[in-house]
Amino acid sequence: MNKTDVLIIGAGPTGLFCAHQLGIIGLSCEIVDNLDKAGGQCIELYPDKPIYDIPAIPECTGEELTNNLLKQIKPFNVKFHLNERVEQLKKTESRWNVKTSGGKEFDVASIVIAGGVGSFEPRKFSVKECEKFEKNSLLYSIKDKSIFKDKTISIFGGGDSALDWAIELSNTSKVNLIHRRDGFSGAESSVQKVKDLNDKGKLNLFTKYQIDSVSGDKKIESIKIKHDEGEIKEIKCDYVLGFFGLIMQLGPILDWGLNINKKTIEVNTENFETNINGIFAIGDICSYPGKLKLILSGFHEGALAARGCFKYAKPDEKLRFEFTTTSKAAQERLGVKK
Amino acid sequence: MAKITYHTHDNKTYTIDVQKGLTVMEGAIQNDIPGIDADCGGGMACATCHVYVKEEWLDKLPAKEDGEEDMLDMAFEPKNNSRLSCQLIVSDELDGLEVNIPTKQG
Repeated sequence: MNKTDVLIIGAGPTGLFCAHQLGIIGLSCEIVDNLDKAGGQCIELYPDKPIYDIPAIPECTGEELTNNLLKQIKPFNVKFHLNERVEQLKKTESRWNVKTSGGKEFDVASIVIAGGVGSFEPRKFSVKECEKFEKNSLLYSIKDKSIFKDKTISIFGGGDSALDWAIELSNTSKVNLIHRRDGFSGAESSVQKVKDLNDKGKLNLFTKYQIDSVSGDKKIESIKIKHDEGEIKEIKCDYVLGFFGLIMQLGPILDWGLNINKKTIEVNTENFETNINGIFAIGDICSYPGKLKLILSGFHEGALAARGCFKYAKPDEKLRFEFTTTSKAAQERLGVKK
Repeated sequence: MAKITYHTHDNKTYTIDVQKGLTVMEGAIQNDIPGIDADCGGGMACATCHVYVKEEWLDKLPAKEDGEEDMLDMAFEPKNNSRLSCQLIVSDELDGLEVNIPTKQG
């Protein structure tokens, strides 16, 4: 059981800055995120794209913003629980019991949902029968590549994941790479490598094809792919891999009894608390009149939600408003007091 | 204003006067037309505002910018007439545009 004052759901910029604000006012927190790294959409969707509207930072990339926020919260030694999705919240007298997908449990005074547009999940094939083979011979990520040795693998996608795995697996497996067009979004050097391997017969590249059907008994035995012009090819294979990036899903958040409207959670603008006492929502996932989905708005919302958390964590104390320029307590927490 | 017609996958049709300067995506979101999610808010980063453009309109639309085709690789059942509706800015030239919304966005 992890006991802390506040559990933050989501390690995007809003969640990270909220952790900072909690630290400044002397509350402890831990952060859960479904991705394998902090940064949320900034790191997953646009790590290299410059952002121009962070106050006082004329230009920075999603990755730089994330790294700076991590640096900013370093003094507070915030514990991260990555690759975990929060599944269940249960009220226990005055606190909350939280359970994650990986079986972790938390005992917290309040919860801040900074979940963006939901947790990132792999995008799946549109063909219905694919579901049946998930987790056995149809995969959206690779945990143990040794299972592919000497097998025939059909990889779908045109981004870096598809290209990199096609190149790597072509050493030990028979690889078919199938993509919907001639162009690729992955790195040019990888595209060239794939084409070279195709020319040398070490990999089979099929462009302008998409999946049409999969068949097999317990495991996949063959697939059919369809060309833009309508021609259908049957390919025998042991595994199918789909790399279509990630999509955001609200998931279990829908089941917690929160007022949800168009995939966002309604909050008050005084402290960003939801309709349930002790649960706050900030960043892209919250909605209120005038809401702007900007990172800077998320920072403001996090600052107020952090203060809203105070009365749940320390019901017998009063929070005094202080500035980091002058507050001895805040400077001690930051580890900068001389 | 320009008239934009949205056909949903369950054969409902919505014809909306969309203000010039807004995107076809925003026209759908502001009018509660189901089936366009636009998770990233128009940043060409998620492919959940994917639409199929009626064939005769394909050549009349502004060309795809770098990145739109890459994002369409991620879309649900992309076709040759696929576009991201966040990249289609409504103008007089688009008056009468018709788009079909896919069965789902992801």
